[in-house]
Amino acid sequence: MNKKLKFGIVVFPGSNCDADCLWALKDVLNQEAEFIWHESKNIKKYDCLVLPGGFSYGDYLRSGAIARFAKVMESISDFANKKNKFIIGICNGFQILLEAGLLPGAMLHNKNLKFICEYVNITVENTNTPFTNRCAKGQVLKIPIAHGEGNYYCDERTLNTLIAKDKIIFRYCDSNGMITDEANVNGSIYNIAGIMNTKGNILGMMPHPERAMIKELGSEDGRLIWQSIIDYIKKS
Amino acid sequence: MAKAKIYITFKDGVLEPQGKTVNAALVKMGYKNIKDVRIGKYIEMEIDGNNEKIKKEVDEICDKLLANPNIEKYDFEII
Repeated sequence: MNKKLKFGIVVFPGSNCDADCLWALKDVLNQEAEFIWHESKNIKKYDCLVLPGGFSYGDYLRSGAIARFAKVMESISDFANKKNKFIIGICNGFQILLEAGLLPGAMLHNKNLKFICEYVNITVENTNTPFTNRCAKGQVLKIPIAHGEGNYYCDERTLNTLIAKDKIIFRYCDSNGMITDEANVNGSIYNIAGIMNTKGNILGMMPHPERAMIKELGSEDGRLIWQSIIDYIKKS
Repeated sequence: MAKAKIYITFKDGVLEPQGKTVNAALVKMGYKNIKDVRIGKYIEMEIDGNNEKIKKEVDEICDKLLANPNIEKYDFEII
């Protein structure tokens, strides 16, 4: 089936990975994709929304804290409650989803207080999801991160629920797939790099799959995540 | 016009990297008796209205925007 999916990439003042997401989806993967201004309410027509990385509202107060009150966010909960609608929040997009309460937990400053911009390895913990069905369980993906506040935190009860319900999708690991403290670059609890909501249609992740699309840029592992979403929606 | 003085701090048990770093620096400087440092935020807000309404509103604002209840707690005074 050659039907193209419709991706909507939400643009907040200060988003800066929006163009990369558009390039990844449109030029590399040949899907329909367009920008959605943060004041827009008309998001029904999209199959999947992307909240891209960047520094929405200058990251003032806390990353994502102000963006979550943007007009478009009012429609996003309704969107998420509908059937066959998906949301992926990357980096600042993940932070916005946390602030909005669409995903549990919060972000703290990286444990070493540095802004870290480098390739990291993450394991795929759950492949039975719309976002990872193209991956093998335990597969190591090489995808870059670029953030100062990616130190994921949640209380013990939330962590236990995430583990029990298999909602932890990615964890920082070494190149052999071992989950170690050393590989946990930002200090996230339980090495968490990406989680999913209970319903299973919202993914938040700190690494940038849109920056790992072609070999020439160091990795094309990011394709697996987008391609998983595309396959999943086409089949459903 | 009243002034709200708002203090936002991390909850106990939440690791706070800035405080940890400052703590380590102080110990290195010779202040060996420093046991813990936590860095938070202090916000001043000028606000109109009667005292009861202000208290209610400031509380609401802290809860909705200024603090993230997952990791932070807040306290405020109105003067």
